[in-house]
Amino acid sequence: MDLNGNAAIRVRNLHKAYGGHDAVHGVSFDVAPGEVFGFLGPNGAGKTTTIEILEGYRARTAGDVRVLGVDPGKPTRRWRERIGLVLQECELDPNLTIRETVGLFASFYPSPLRVDETIELSGLGDQADTRVGALSGGQKRRVDVALGIVGDPDLIFLDEPTTGFDPSARRGAWAMIDGLRRLGKTIFLTTHYMDEAQHLADRIAILRAGELVAVGSVDEIGAGLQADAVVRFRLPGGVTADDVGAVVARPVDLADDIVTIRCPDPQPVLYRLTTWAEQGAHRLDGLEVLRPTLEDMFLALTTARAEHG
Amino acid sequence: MTSPTAPTATTTAPVRFATNPATGPAPGPGGGLARLGRETWILTRRSLTRIRNEPETLSDVTIQPVMFTLLFAYVFGSAINLGGPFGGTAAYHEYLIAGLFGLTVIGTLAGTAVGMTADMETGLIDRFRSLPISRSAVLAGRTVSDLVTNVLGLAVTAATGLAIGWRIHTGPVDALAALGLVLLLSYAVSWAGVCMGMVFRSAEAAQQAAFIIFLPLGFVSNAFVPTSGMPGWLQAFANWNPVSAAAASCRNLFGNPNPASSIDAWPMQHPEAYTVLWAIGVVAVFAPVAVYLYRRRARS
Repeated sequence: MDLNGNAAIRVRNLHKAYGGHDAVHGVSFDVAPGEVFGFLGPNGAGKTTTIEILEGYRARTAGDVRVLGVDPGKPTRRWRERIGLVLQECELDPNLTIRETVGLFASFYPSPLRVDETIELSGLGDQADTRVGALSGGQKRRVDVALGIVGDPDLIFLDEPTTGFDPSARRGAWAMIDGLRRLGKTIFLTTHYMDEAQHLADRIAILRAGELVAVGSVDEIGAGLQADAVVRFRLPGGVTADDVGAVVARPVDLADDIVTIRCPDPQPVLYRLTTWAEQGAHRLDGLEVLRPTLEDMFLALTTARAEHG
Repeated sequence: MTSPTAPTATTTAPVRFATNPATGPAPGPGGGLARLGRETWILTRRSLTRIRNEPETLSDVTIQPVMFTLLFAYVFGSAINLGGPFGGTAAYHEYLIAGLFGLTVIGTLAGTAVGMTADMETGLIDRFRSLPISRSAVLAGRTVSDLVTNVLGLAVTAATGLAIGWRIHTGPVDALAALGLVLLLSYAVSWAGVCMGMVFRSAEAAQQAAFIIFLPLGFVSNAFVPTSGMPGWLQAFANWNPVSAAAASCRNLFGNPNPASSIDAWPMQHPEAYTVLWAIGVVAVFAPVAVYLYRRRARS
C-alpha cells in the first residue's frame, strides 16, 4: 500500500460517536487511485456515516481521514471540483428538466463533461427535456448519477447507485461504471447488491456494527474465510455416497440423490471424480462447481457473528 | 416506468468522456467576488427557470397585487378620507399605491422563507453543498431571484395603480429612486427570510411565522391609512416602522399625497435615509447569520 500519502482515500482509526454510541469504531483502510472500492455492510453498520464523513458532509469524532490528500473536514473548492457524489437520497428540483438540472451542476465545474453526453451515458438520452418531477424513482437515480459525473471528477462516491433499477438499467449502470474505471477514475461504491460489488469492485471492505470485518479482493476475503467451493452432481446408479467419498477422499453429503462435496480446492477432487467416472462408465449428471459467492461471504461475516454477538 | 431502450443504448454506446471546456463556463479569471457573482447568477437563473416551468407559483406577485390594489382602493378606500388638502377617493388611490410598494418590503419575508424551506425540504440545498461553489452563492441566488420576482410584483402593482388613476407627478429619476429604495429594503429583508427558512422545518411553519411578523409591520404603518388617527403608542410604532418609511419615501418621490411629511418623528422627516439605514442594518445582521446557519448544517 502506498505510504507516501498518494492513496485516493486514506482512513486511519476513524471514530464517529452519536451521543454515547459509537456508530463507527476504529475503521482504517486505503483506496488506491483508479480503484473501484466496494464498501458493504448491513443496514445500520455505519456505511452511510462513513461515506458522509469522506464526502465532507459529516464531522468525525476522532481519527485521520485524507481524501485526495485533503481533510474532508476542511474542504477546499479545488477539492470539491475533483469529487463527484451520487447521494443515497437526493430530491432534485421537480420543476427543472433533466437537461436544465445537469446543465446547472455542470456550470459550476471548470471542465465539465458535455451535458448531452452525460445524460446519454446515464441512459436518459430520450428524456433530456422531461421535468425531473415526472420521472420514476429509477430514472431520478440516473439523474443523480449524471450529476455525480458531470464535473469530470477524479474520485466518485456512488452511494447505492442502482437501487430501484430494473435489471437492464443495472447492466447499463455497470457498463458506465466500467467506463469510468477505464478512464482511471477512483470509485467508492456502496451497494446492497452483492453481485454488483462482485462484478464491479477491485477490492471490498465489509463493515459490521461500526467495525471492518474484512478488506481485500473477493478472492482474498474468500481465502481468509476458508470458504469452500462446492462440487455437486446426481449420484450415478449403482454406486453409494460412500463409494464417492472413497474416490475423492473427502466427506460427502447426499440429499435427494444429489451429492455435495465441500472442498477448499476443487481441482484434485474433480480430477479423481471424473477419472473414476470415465473408467467406470458412470454418468455425473448435472455436474457443477460452485465458487463461494460474495453473498455467502457477506452473510458469513455479518449474520453469523451478529448471532453470536 | 423506466424506458426499455435507454439502458441498452448505454451498454452498447462507446464510452466517450472527452471533456469539452468550450461548453463549460470559463473558470473566471476574476477574483472571489467575480466568481461569487457568477455563481449567484447561475443559481438565480435556476430559481427563475423553475418559475418559468411552473408559472402558477408566481401568483403572489401577479394576481395578488392586483387583488390587493383593487380591494383597498374600492372597499376600504371608499370609506377613507385622508382629510385636509388630501380629501376624496381620487386622492386615496394616489396615496394607496406607495403604501402597497411599502407592503412589498415586508411581504418578501414570507416569499423567501417559503422558497428557502422548500429548497431545504427537497434536499437540493444539501446537494449544493457538495459543489465547488461559495456557501454564500447558494443563499444569494435565492435572494436575488426573489428580488427579480419583486420587480415583477411592483410592476403589476404600478400598472394596476395607473389603471385606477394613480400617477407619478415627478420625473423618471425620482420614480426610479423610489423603486430602488423599495427593492433595496426588500432585498435586505430577503436575508431575514433566508434565516427563517433555515430555522423552520417546513414551508407551512415558515409561512405562519412570517405572517405573524407581516401583520403588525404591514398594517401598523402608514401604508393604508395615515398614522395621525392611531392611539399615541401605536403612532410611535407606526412612525418608526420601516414599512412606513418606505411608503413615505415613495410618496415623496412620486409626488403623491404624503400626510406623514408633517409628522415630527425623524423617520418621517427623513424617510429615504431611514429606509437605507434599515436596509444596511438588516443585511449586516441577517446575511452573516444566514451563512452561519447554512454552514452549521454541514457540521453535525
